[in-house]
Amino acid sequence: MKHRELGLTDEQAISMYRYMTLARRTDERTWLLNRAGKIPFVISCQGHEAAQIGAGFALDTEKDWLCPYYRDMGLVMVMGQTAQDYLLSSFAKAEDPNSGGRQMPGHFGDHRYRILTGSSPVTTQMVHATGIAYAGKLDKKDFVVLTTCGEGSANQGDLHEAMNFAGVHKLPVIFMVQNNQYAISVPLEKQVAGGSIAARGAGYGMPGVSVDGNDPLEVYRAVKEAVERGRRGEGPTLVETISYRLVPHSSDDDDRTYRSREEVEEAKKKDSLFQYRQYLLDHGLLTEESDAQIEAEIKKEVDAATDYAEKAAYPDPSETYKYVFAE
Amino acid sequence: MAIMSYIEAVTLAMREEMQRDSQVFVLGEDVGVRGGVFRATDGLYSEFGEDRVLDTPLTESAIAGVAIGAAAYGKRPIAEMQFADFIMPAINQIISEAAKIRYRSNNKWSCPMVVRAPYGGGIHGALYHSQSVEKIFTGVPGLKIVTPSTPYDVKGLLKSAIRDDDPVLFFEHKRCYRLIKGEVPADDYTIPIGKADVKREGTDVTVITYGMMVHFALQAAEQLEKDGISVHVLDLRTLVPLDKEAVLEAVAKTGKVLVVHEDNLTGGFGGEVSAIIAEEAFFELDAPVRRLAGPDVPAMPYSPTLEKEFILNPDKIAKAIRELAEF
Amino acid sequence: MATEIKMPQLGESVTEGTIAKWLKKPGDPVAKYEAICEVSTDKVNAEVPATFEGTMVEIVAGEGETVAVGEIICKMAEEGAEVTAAPTTPVAEEAKPEATNASAPAPAKVDVSAKRGSGSGRFSPAVLRLSQENDIDLTLLTGTGAGGRITRKDILTAIEQGIGKVGSAPTPQVISVDEPVVAQVPTVDVDTALSTTPPASKPAMGVVTEEGDIEIPLTSVRKTIASRMVQSKHEAPHAWTMMEVDVTGLVELRNKMKHDFKVREGVSLTFMPFFIKAVSDALKEFPVINSMWGGDKIIQKKRINISIAVATDDALYVPVIPDVDELSILGLAKKVNTLAQKTRAGKLDLSDLQGGTFTVNNTGSFGSVMSQPIINQPQAAILSFEAIVKRPVVMNNMFAVRDMMNICMSLDHRVLDGLVAGRFLARVKELLEEYTVDSTF
Repeated sequence: MKHRELGLTDEQAISMYRYMTLARRTDERTWLLNRAGKIPFVISCQGHEAAQIGAGFALDTEKDWLCPYYRDMGLVMVMGQTAQDYLLSSFAKAEDPNSGGRQMPGHFGDHRYRILTGSSPVTTQMVHATGIAYAGKLDKKDFVVLTTCGEGSANQGDLHEAMNFAGVHKLPVIFMVQNNQYAISVPLEKQVAGGSIAARGAGYGMPGVSVDGNDPLEVYRAVKEAVERGRRGEGPTLVETISYRLVPHSSDDDDRTYRSREEVEEAKKKDSLFQYRQYLLDHGLLTEESDAQIEAEIKKEVDAATDYAEKAAYPDPSETYKYVFAE
Repeated sequence: MAIMSYIEAVTLAMREEMQRDSQVFVLGEDVGVRGGVFRATDGLYSEFGEDRVLDTPLTESAIAGVAIGAAAYGKRPIAEMQFADFIMPAINQIISEAAKIRYRSNNKWSCPMVVRAPYGGGIHGALYHSQSVEKIFTGVPGLKIVTPSTPYDVKGLLKSAIRDDDPVLFFEHKRCYRLIKGEVPADDYTIPIGKADVKREGTDVTVITYGMMVHFALQAAEQLEKDGISVHVLDLRTLVPLDKEAVLEAVAKTGKVLVVHEDNLTGGFGGEVSAIIAEEAFFELDAPVRRLAGPDVPAMPYSPTLEKEFILNPDKIAKAIRELAEF
Repeated sequence: MATEIKMPQLGESVTEGTIAKWLKKPGDPVAKYEAICEVSTDKVNAEVPATFEGTMVEIVAGEGETVAVGEIICKMAEEGAEVTAAPTTPVAEEAKPEATNASAPAPAKVDVSAKRGSGSGRFSPAVLRLSQENDIDLTLLTGTGAGGRITRKDILTAIEQGIGKVGSAPTPQVISVDEPVVAQVPTVDVDTALSTTPPASKPAMGVVTEEGDIEIPLTSVRKTIASRMVQSKHEAPHAWTMMEVDVTGLVELRNKMKHDFKVREGVSLTFMPFFIKAVSDALKEFPVINSMWGGDKIIQKKRINISIAVATDDALYVPVIPDVDELSILGLAKKVNTLAQKTRAGKLDLSDLQGGTFTVNNTGSFGSVMSQPIINQPQAAILSFEAIVKRPVVMNNMFAVRDMMNICMSLDHRVLDGLVAGRFLARVKELLEEYTVDSTF
């Protein structure tokens, strides 16, 4: 079985599925809350779960670092965050561990789990990842840093500066570009010359690999190799995961204006959740009953998280003025 | 006490801090083997090695971004921008990231970095080697901005900047580098960021300024003393956080205020100082607050006649002081 | 034709240089780039070279003289040009005015006047606050700022010196004053005269202008008056004293004589000639009062020339009666009358205004009973005669109704002390009280 070939236990394989489902259901809940007028904004991970969970499982969540981008709910959950953390952020409550309700959802940052705080301008975090990796090198640590972005963002200078810097100094950074075919409305062919992000790795002295982003095990394989290279001091790796954004860019977007329903329906047939579930069923790791049980547990978890977050306190207005500088 | 130049004080401060704290490291273009194009990092490479005195690729955004990542990790990076003019590609990193890391993470993350940048004209540097860029940053909460004028202040303030828990932009006036010499104690002293300094006591007109203009103002004051005009010179030293008390105190000394900077007039920091005076020292004023600054043209031209026209000098400052004195 | 050589700019911020030594004298041949003089500035000491070959014609700035950059220091004839050697006498004084006319901007007087007109009558926030906190009446102060603006420093000075307090004696009302010894005569070219008076900044009263107020532009005369008043108040430390005079006898005498006098002499008999006479006699006895402040000395004047303050509707003049000690009451009466008429007719000439040694001021003419006159500098004192009023006074332990008059004197305390001033005043009083209805004059 593939997961065993990759060194994953059956429990880990099922755990991956559980994380993917948790991320999906949490994401779906936020859409409902948004459409019900309870939260102002949703930015989604749907279609990215396999890539994120696969990559997350390749990390050592006790020492590795993450500089994520705004769709990385699955990744931060593997690192340690919960549905409740995510919903607190969606409701912009004081207890939001990312920012205390200061940032939009999807702007992750959690010191407990070495998830560096991020912003909205894209790929700035990839340079930070390079800096963290350099700091690790100075301290002779063997952690790696995973940093992610979308294929549209991959055109930003900062990614290229970061890859070049990390390439020159052989830093243990994994640049993972989650190619979901659209940068809001602009499709891949209008974003990426040559059509391949992975091909760009060669220009920066690092391997560039392209993997099926709907297959968590393939992503796990690619990132695991990158992590090992990094730990061996062989430098960075560029990983491109190819999947499809199943929902509009955000709750404020209407994707019907730029892509057909047929195209979306077609993509849903390759939905990683669907495919990976089938893999587990096929290999007897999952049954309809156990799956229903997982779904029930997750629903309970998301319900509880929603209730908690909705009832939680907003930050006091006086918080506005805090932490411009050290206090 | 040793007499040393402004730039030697820069080097000394870095050396002492690197000796004191192993977390401190320097990065930038040509800072290593070459010791910096201005020789500010002279000798550091041989003393601390290539890892702590890092020659980076020519990539300002990454220099800033790597420093941010390393600072967030816990290092104390000193990033050198070869010329302040070239800070532009790093502005997104500095403004979107460094300035906001503490705030956006609700105090969970911080960014204790220093960005050093040689600025200012009068050195035949033309448009892109002469600019004063401080006004781009003074309106960005989360950044501390230091603009010392003397070797003594350089050492004390740079050491404070390196030890500060928040990002500090440390602007060094190029013309001061070798022109300005002064006594610098060998001991490990610091000057608090956010404290202005009275460089000359006077009773007729108050000049509020910083950087090279402090010296020009002092020369102007010297000239005017012969005519019985007594000039009070306040060196802001730090623009952010501004030493408001010192400003108001200096205003109260004479009631007539001339704010001087080399940066362009419109949007320059003098406008902020003037506004504060208008708001908080109205009843001390005996004349309208006057600003004397670089003209509102894009930057300092190359030809000596044009450069001379652009840049302030003691005579231009003396003339403005005299007009105020006669008001 | 000689070429003017100007003070070069020796170094960036240098604005003037001092001629240390002339290396060439008129008539000397000068080679190109040969040094002609040594100049010292606050930055450098340098030899100034000739920029062409020729002959030194004239030295304009003498050794030791400090000259602004761009001003003429000497004249040279170019090689081949006709040379008329100028006198060797070093020139400085004579050549200077020419130099200022011919060359470069005259320094100093620059832009104060250019900015005038915007400053007066408006106060800065600091001035208003300080005046309120310290109970300063701004109308009592004069400003030294542009356009006569009262500056923060003016207020601080006033506070320090304790002047300008609200409710304190105002600076003398309208009269009681002085006037430029040299300056303005309505019929004469006032502006020319004025331009020779030193102070550039003219004081102006500070008043907030409101809707409906009328701004009256300053005439030259008004400016000069203002300037002189300020100068006097600033320079001369004023002391003040007053005595009461019983002029019952004098009043009776004048009442008895005035009709016949008018008929006989053609002029009215006023009290003024008696006052001047008493002052004149007292000055004879106390010549130190008839003195002037001479900066580093006191000059005791021999002649007794009395300035008398004469008001017109909008100005004040102080014409002079020379040698009053040689005049009788009749002579004085005629002289006073003539000067008053000339003043009102605007026909005073310069000689009428010069040479006063002591000023007499008849403030009583409009009913004042007390005033603090401003000294007519450089005189040492000014005496005002107040209104004569009937008052009950004690005489021989009984009340009596007497004609009483106050006489008030301001004195320049640099020149005079209270004792001598008091004695002088007492003597004036005595002389006036000696008159009886039967006196002759």
